[in-house]
Amino acid sequence: MTELTKLTLAEARAKLAAKEITSVELTEAHLVAAKASDKLNAYVTLTPDVALKMAAASDARIEKGEAGPLEGIPLGVKDLFCTDGVRTTACSNILDDFTPTYESTVTANLWADGAVMLGKLNNDEFAMGSSNETSRFGPCINPWKASDSDADLVPGGSSGGSSTAVASHLALGATATDTGGSIRQPASFTGTVGMKPTYGRCSRWGTVAFASSLDQAGPITRTVRDAAIMLKSMAGHDEKDTTSVDIEVPDYEAALTGDIRGLKIGIPKEYRVEGMSDEIEKLWTQGIDWLKSAGAEIVDVSLPHTKYALPAYYIVAPAEASSNLARYDGVRYGLRVQGDDITDMYEKTRAEGFGDEVRRRVLIGTYVLSAGYYDAYYIKAQKIRTLIAQDFKQAYKKIDLLLTPTAPSPAFAIGEKVDDPLSMYLNDVFTVPVNLAGLPGISLPAGLSSNGLPLGLQLIGRTFDEDTLLRAADVLEEAAGFSAEPSKWWTEA
Amino acid sequence: MSENKNLIEGATGFWEIVMGLEIHAQVASNAKLFSGAPTEFGAEQNSQVSLVDAALPGMLPVINEECVQQAVRTGLGLGAEIHLRSVFDRKNYFYPDLPQGYQISQFKDPIVGEGEIEIDLKDGSVKRVGIERLHLEQDAGKSVHDQHPSMSFVDLNRSGVALMEIVSKPDMRCAEEAQAYVKKIRSILRYLGTCDGNMEEGSLRADVNVSVRRPGEDLGTRCEIKNVNSIRFIGQAIEYEARRQIDVLEDGGSIDQETRLFDPRAGETRSMRSKEEAHDYRYFPDPDLLPLVIKQELVDKLRAELPELPDEKKARFVREYSLSPYDAGVLVSEKASCDFFEAVADGRDAKLAANWVTGEFFGALNKAGLQIESSPVSAKQLGDLINLISDDTISGRIAKEVFEIMFETGDDPAKIVEEKGLQQVTDLGAIEAAIDEIIAANPDKVAQAKEKPKMAGWFVGQVMKSTGGKANPKSVNELLAKKLGL
Repeated sequence: MTELTKLTLAEARAKLAAKEITSVELTEAHLVAAKASDKLNAYVTLTPDVALKMAAASDARIEKGEAGPLEGIPLGVKDLFCTDGVRTTACSNILDDFTPTYESTVTANLWADGAVMLGKLNNDEFAMGSSNETSRFGPCINPWKASDSDADLVPGGSSGGSSTAVASHLALGATATDTGGSIRQPASFTGTVGMKPTYGRCSRWGTVAFASSLDQAGPITRTVRDAAIMLKSMAGHDEKDTTSVDIEVPDYEAALTGDIRGLKIGIPKEYRVEGMSDEIEKLWTQGIDWLKSAGAEIVDVSLPHTKYALPAYYIVAPAEASSNLARYDGVRYGLRVQGDDITDMYEKTRAEGFGDEVRRRVLIGTYVLSAGYYDAYYIKAQKIRTLIAQDFKQAYKKIDLLLTPTAPSPAFAIGEKVDDPLSMYLNDVFTVPVNLAGLPGISLPAGLSSNGLPLGLQLIGRTFDEDTLLRAADVLEEAAGFSAEPSKWWTEA
Repeated sequence: MSENKNLIEGATGFWEIVMGLEIHAQVASNAKLFSGAPTEFGAEQNSQVSLVDAALPGMLPVINEECVQQAVRTGLGLGAEIHLRSVFDRKNYFYPDLPQGYQISQFKDPIVGEGEIEIDLKDGSVKRVGIERLHLEQDAGKSVHDQHPSMSFVDLNRSGVALMEIVSKPDMRCAEEAQAYVKKIRSILRYLGTCDGNMEEGSLRADVNVSVRRPGEDLGTRCEIKNVNSIRFIGQAIEYEARRQIDVLEDGGSIDQETRLFDPRAGETRSMRSKEEAHDYRYFPDPDLLPLVIKQELVDKLRAELPELPDEKKARFVREYSLSPYDAGVLVSEKASCDFFEAVADGRDAKLAANWVTGEFFGALNKAGLQIESSPVSAKQLGDLINLISDDTISGRIAKEVFEIMFETGDDPAKIVEEKGLQQVTDLGAIEAAIDEIIAANPDKVAQAKEKPKMAGWFVGQVMKSTGGKANPKSVNELLAKKLGL
């Protein structure tokens, strides 16, 4: 790791602005690190030419005094975001070598603010998974290893490439998406900060859809401040996405005052789930103490419908996915496997193009929307969704934020849960309710497990109140003082 | 008890046909329902396709406000309830010309609810037909099967074009009613400017739901005849289908609920898919689109801006122009005819204008097999012709001759009258001279006329003949009466 890849995004920004370093130097350092990281399998497409061209342009703008807010900052992009002229696959075979002629709004916003694209990052196929093991490019590997085992661990999912790249210093930050926890859970597994903004804060245009009513883009970074900086550039109303909300994007960095005195933090009793490990329990209590010490008031609250969130999520998300993925039919782009007739072509193409997890969810989604089952599953799940949103609304009458663990466990081994979908789905138990209610949530590293793996705490905010959320996260980050780094085993021969 | 006068006689007694129609009308708009791509008919294949229409990854629909307004206008024109909140759903099925794998439509909460229109029947009666709903939806693309020996091609120009589906109540009882209903809907859409109503180009097509029953009994099982694209075919399809169903039932069979296609060449309907083969469309609210909310003020504004619709126009023509309800009905049934008539009648004797438009003009068009848009005689020219009658330049009889020449040559009436010297002779001296000559040459007829005044008609004919028809008939009559001492 060179000195340049050790920098946080904010630090790099300052050095670039002060012309102590150039974007080309910074970008090259990250490209070198990325090229030496094959064992992690974080990048599925590295774009050094694009990166260096963008970096040179950034340097020219800095020279001319025309620097944007993210000028010259090299970032990784989850392969779910369409990138103009750069292969975009959602890590699925069905997209084959699909190369968009358009740029997603979120990444276009980043480039417009001066950021540099290093390449495309691994993820679970169509963002369906919690371990990044369903990717067509093979699993992405967590840079962290347990102190008691040499086994390769999952980096969480679906944004495993993003969390790995940031944790391993292969990028200063990365875009990610979160449908049921896909930003926050991988952040928790890799000791990084993962921020899922309010549904509607970032445009979904040009991002491959998984479940439209839940999908939301956000950053994975190494610090809360970096998340604030990146989110500011990613967010904003987009006329091309009518679910994006037309309200001003505040200066999130300015919200990081370090002062949370008087803030009321709710502790939801339903998140004390059965079988939760002592160390998670302990970390949560520690988080409560830190916030209390910083002057926040702790309030016990109830979110009574929490236990229905996961089942409701696993009806709504697959239902939408089954329809969203219907366009991958072999007719216009991506993979086509010829068949005897059109139906045969569809069947062969989709059988070969989709992996097991995607097929499982398409089948579940098709089933729950079918005549005779729609009311019992889809409608009921939507009702639960409304109740869950009401739970939060009630709670927020008394409090400003909620504090919970991010995930029920630290990172687990590759292959450990791959044949046990239900246990895999349980990873999202603390993150899914946030998506169902459309709220902003952030995971930040708060400690290490007994075997030396990072553990995250989650803060959940009010709709479009990312300012308060980031302010408290910044304080919590400061209190936790998490400074552990994974050993650089992947660069060894 | 049924009051239906249109019962059909089968081998075992009388049957009643019950019909409801779903009309798919392409919204007149420059852009598609959820994308900015153009909608012009006849463009080169796949030249009007946006990223959204081709369903590329990450593309999202954005509602076209103009299409929404057109649907509201149409709803108002159908006297229907406008729903200020409506929801777009996805109708899921796989087909190569459906790029998204679903059609965005409105299933549970359409933009327009119940309404009612009046249809005019040939016997002069008026019947009310209920409208169940109107909703907005996307059209699919087109599969092309004749370009390659083993492959089909897809043209996505139509993909995403906005359609209004107008669903009637099952209020129609014979083919004539169904045809009159489609004509009336088409006429209303054209007056509103919300659909061009062009059935040949597919801008308007109908699905006809047909069932039969014994008078007074419950509704029978229906069959849906898909995509019938002319008013004549609608009549033929219904006649065939009703007879088919009656034959099946009278043979002791039962009707299977199914979707059928009308084959215009064979003049019959054929089974397309049975109820068992019917798709499970897995409708659910489209999560890419928020519910469509429109303001009452917009509805009020659009209502205030509505043009005069055929029924109102007809009533006004009867009231203001003293036209017969029949003539008025003929004139308003097609917007193009009505526009033509109003241009001709403007500033002239409306009754005379109506007679000319519905008589000579429509007669000539029909005979020539021409549409009003391609008429060789313009409204202005026909108006000029009427002016020549009104100012006594020519008689009505001569005017008919002039009109025939106009229709053949497209020339202005004044030019024809001038060139052919057809001006009416109003010079009393000239008429008198002609009369004197005839009287002098026919003393026997003069004697007869004194005995039998009706003989005067013979003299009128002779005078007109000798003046080439140009003598003013009124002057001829007056002078003759005087000369013959009648």
